Amino acid sequence: MDNQSCVKIINEWDIVSARQLGRNVAKELGFGTVDQARITTAISELARNIFLYAGQGQICIEKLYENGKTGLRLLSIDSGPGIKDLRQVMEDGYSTSGGLGAGLPGVKRLMDDFQIDSSPGEGTDIRAIKWLR
Amino acid sequence: MTLNYIQNNKDNIFKEWLDRLKEDSDETITNVILDQNFETYGRELVELAILKISGKQDEYERQSENFSDRMVNLGWPLRFVVNALDIFGDVVFDEMVKDKYIRQENELKVMHDLNHWLKAMNSEIINDYTDSWERTIANQKIALQELSAPLIPVFEGITVMPLIGMIDTERAKQIMENLLQGVVKHRSEVVLIDITGVPVVDTMVAHHIIQAADAVHLVGAKCMLVGIRSEIAQTIVSLGIDLNRIITKNTMKSGVEAALEMTKRKIVPLEG
Repeated sequence: MDNQSCVKIINEWDIVSARQLGRNVAKELGFGTVDQARITTAISELARNIFLYAGQGQICIEKLYENGKTGLRLLSIDSGPGIKDLRQVMEDGYSTSGGLGAGLPGVKRLMDDFQIDSSPGEGTDIRAIKWLR
Repeated sequence: MTLNYIQNNKDNIFKEWLDRLKEDSDETITNVILDQNFETYGRELVELAILKISGKQDEYERQSENFSDRMVNLGWPLRFVVNALDIFGDVVFDEMVKDKYIRQENELKVMHDLNHWLKAMNSEIINDYTDSWERTIANQKIALQELSAPLIPVFEGITVMPLIGMIDTERAKQIMENLLQGVVKHRSEVVLIDITGVPVVDTMVAHHIIQAADAVHLVGAKCMLVGIRSEIAQTIVSLGIDLNRIITKNTMKSGVEAALEMTKRKIVPLEG
C-alpha cells in the first residue's frame, strides 16, 4: 500500500531509521516542528520498546485521510513476550528495565489516540494517531 | 583445453559476455554498465577469471584483492559481480559448444572444471568484498567514537560537553565515562551538557542524562543542561520526565553566564 511504509527494528540503529521515516512523513503531511518532535519521540519510544523487550518487530507509518481530516498513524508490531498487566505499564514510573517508566504513558500523551493490544506469549500491537490541526 | 580455448577466443567471449550482461540487467546494473570505464574493468574481470583458470594463484590473489577494493569504491554491487561471473561461465560453455569443442565424452569434465574455478573465484570475491566492508565499518566506528563525547574546558572550573546526533547505549556509556574523567582531570565545578544537536530526547536519552548528572553530583561538581529547544521542552513535558534536579538553560550562552555566576565570576566589557 502506498500510504503505509514500514521499518524493521532489529538493532539500535533501526530506531534511527524509523524515526527518520516518521519525521519525513510528518513533514510531508504538514505537521509543525513541535508535532514532528512529538511524533518522532513517540516512534523512538515504541521502537526502543521493541528493541529492548521483544528483540525484533516493526514500526509502520501510515497516512490517514478520514472525514476531511489528515493524520498520521503509528503502528508498532512485535511478536515478543507480550505484556502481562496492561494497566500497570500505562502507569507513570513503572519499569521492568530500570528506566524512567515514562515510555508508554508518554506516547499516549504525545499522540491524540492510543490503543494497545497485547497477550502474553503472542506479542504486542500498538496503534497511535496524531491528527493534523 | 578449456584454458586454451578461452585464451584464443578471449575477444569473442568478452563481446558475447558484455551483450548478455546488457540483456538481463536491471536498473542498478545498467548504471554500472553505462559507466564509460566499464569496458576496461569488465576486461579486467575476464582477465582475472583467466588467471584463476590458468592456476596462477599468487598472481591472481594479488590482482583480485586490488580489483575488489576498486569495485567496492566504484560502488559496483556484489550481486552484479557474482552475476557477471556466472554469465562468464555460461558464455564460455555455450561458445565451446557452438565451436564444437564440446563433445559428449568431455562435456561433464568441462562443466565440472568451469564450475570448480568459478565457484572458488566467487567465494574469494565475496570474501574480499566483505573484508573491505568490515574495514570500512570498523574505521567508521573508530571515527564515531572519537566524535561521540568530547569534553572541552572553557574557563577555569567550567567544562562543556556538546552532544550532536543520536545517543545510543554505547554512547551513553562513553558520555558518562568522559564526563566523570574530565570533571576530575580539569577540576571542574560546573559541567554544561549541550543538547542543541540531539534530534530526539526520549525517555532513554533523558534517563541517561539524569544518571550522568547524578554521577557528576557525586564527584562534587554541578551539571547543567543547555540547548533545550522549545519543541524538545514540550515533548519532555508530555513524556512526564522530571528534570527538576538538573539546572537547565535554553542556550549555551546563558548556561555559560550562569556557570560563571555559580563560580563567582562574570564577563564585563573592557573600559575605555
